[in-house]
Amino acid sequence: MSDRLIDRGTFLRKFTFNRRQRALFVAMSMVLFLTGMVAGGVFLGPENLAVNLDNRNRPPALEHLFGTDWLGRDMFVRTLKGLTTSFGVGVAASLLSTLIALGLSLLTSWHRMIDQVITWLIDLFLSVPHIVILILISFALGGGFKGVVIGLAFTHWPSLTRLLRAEVLQTQSAEYVRISQQLGKSRLWIARHHFLPQLISQMLVGFILLFPHVILHEAALSFLGFGLSPEEPAIGIILSESMGYLSTGMWWLAFFPGLSLLLMVVAFNLLGRNVRRLLDPYQDHQ
Amino acid sequence: MRMQSISLWIVKHVFKLILLLLAVSLLSFALISYSPIDPVQAYVGADMTRVSPEQRANIAEYWGLNESKTEQFLAWGKSFLRGEWGTSLIYRTPVADVIAERFQSSLALMGVSWLLAGVIGFWLGIVAGMRQGTWLDKMIQAYCFMLASTPAFWLGLLLLTLFSVWLGWFPVGLSTPAGMNAENVTLVERLRHLFLPALTLSIVGVANVALHTRQKLVEILDSEFIRFAKAKGEHGLRLLWRHGLRNVSLPAVSLHFASFGEIFGGAVLAEQVFSYPGLGQAVVQAGLGGDVPLLLGIVLLSTLFVFIGNMLADLLYKVIDPRMRKGENG
Repeated sequence: MSDRLIDRGTFLRKFTFNRRQRALFVAMSMVLFLTGMVAGGVFLGPENLAVNLDNRNRPPALEHLFGTDWLGRDMFVRTLKGLTTSFGVGVAASLLSTLIALGLSLLTSWHRMIDQVITWLIDLFLSVPHIVILILISFALGGGFKGVVIGLAFTHWPSLTRLLRAEVLQTQSAEYVRISQQLGKSRLWIARHHFLPQLISQMLVGFILLFPHVILHEAALSFLGFGLSPEEPAIGIILSESMGYLSTGMWWLAFFPGLSLLLMVVAFNLLGRNVRRLLDPYQDHQ
Repeated sequence: MRMQSISLWIVKHVFKLILLLLAVSLLSFALISYSPIDPVQAYVGADMTRVSPEQRANIAEYWGLNESKTEQFLAWGKSFLRGEWGTSLIYRTPVADVIAERFQSSLALMGVSWLLAGVIGFWLGIVAGMRQGTWLDKMIQAYCFMLASTPAFWLGLLLLTLFSVWLGWFPVGLSTPAGMNAENVTLVERLRHLFLPALTLSIVGVANVALHTRQKLVEILDSEFIRFAKAKGEHGLRLLWRHGLRNVSLPAVSLHFASFGEIFGGAVLAEQVFSYPGLGQAVVQAGLGGDVPLLLGIVLLSTLFVFIGNMLADLLYKVIDPRMRKGENG
């Protein structure tokens, strides 16, 4: 009897995973999934987007998984291309945002006044609706890829800066930082050797978790007409064009592209959460 | 002592607000003066070819476009404080009138969806928290997680297709039927046009409150006094009513007040999808049409709106929570 219980225990242990392994598994599959999405968009050539008037307005079928639009273009290819654009915007804007957040949070350790100014700036940027600042910035820069990326980068740093700043403040009071200061190490040296290693994991997680916000805002901005120009393949453009065709019952024009965007965002969210679980198991439990 | 601290609080917030509005207007002004859109061209519009260079120069002179940016800003600020917000270029009416009219429609939309999202979200959070670990809890959590990843305007498009195109229950756009004066529109008709955008906004707005409430409730149910209450034999709804709800409701309400910014952003998108004539639609048109006075007005108004939300969230903590009240004097 007891033998069988033990057997069952070892059996289960062999075939179940602990939290860490599960997190690793989910993170890896999300990376694979996202790579597949982006690779699909990159490697599908423009010949797949050819206008084919014989094949107009087809509902989804095996041949055209997401249907075709009013020019006979395959919606699946258009969606993949759009997601690749989203990904590109996401990488650029998240990277810039993270760098801004890192720079500002390291600056807070310089002087209390600077810290107060930066805290005030964070509050300032959080107290105007994102979409309104984005409209203003793209109004100033005239939209397009560059305008969108700069706009997104300048609106998404505050929350991450807040996190990193708290970490810097905490580290600043540590003994070894005091000792380094007493030893006459420069501020840059301390930032590089004491603060940066503390910030790396939060920065990586923050960087990944910025993607969902950035991608959704880019789509919204393009949808409103402030973002990418209509020639560029983007989910926001596809969705805003579909508005004109929804009343004729062509639901697939909006349904699948939006769903794919949702899946991409979910994948990034899951990736970020699980990377955090791996890098910082203690923080995750709080 | 009490009165003093309240007046101090008010003074502090008014000061903060003035500083904030000043910074936002300075920032917006700087951004707008960088814009490649020529204000004279935006004003004249399609008739540009019929306007001679002299007339152009006259308009620029009349508007003070030749003065330095600082002087322009000061002049704008002065008239803004006097209540002259300029004339909207696309609507050809005073900005204040446009904003007042549009803000009413938006307020109805945002108010309804804010309330709905709050009530439903709170309820979902309570249910999930009370049934922590069950499939119901996991479903609610997964639902909220998905919602947080959903593009709001896409959800709007889906609802539009489902209810207006397929089922034909609701109109496709505009908050009043075409060809009817605004005064003649019945309340029912207005509600019919309000329903879908409000539904979209409330579905999206639920996630935050629900997850937050669940988190708080789980924390509280884990505490000593709950264990004591359970030992006395209290359980279920009675336990929730007596010990859980008081502790959970305040953070939830406060969080919900702090979400004014998100609901404003959501309203911009929802109004665009359902062509609902609110402030969000106006800001989009102002941005696309180069209508600077209207754009500036709406930017400042939305800042004020979000600020009020945050202030109320802060105030709630101060007024309702006895612990915060005590700590205030220290």
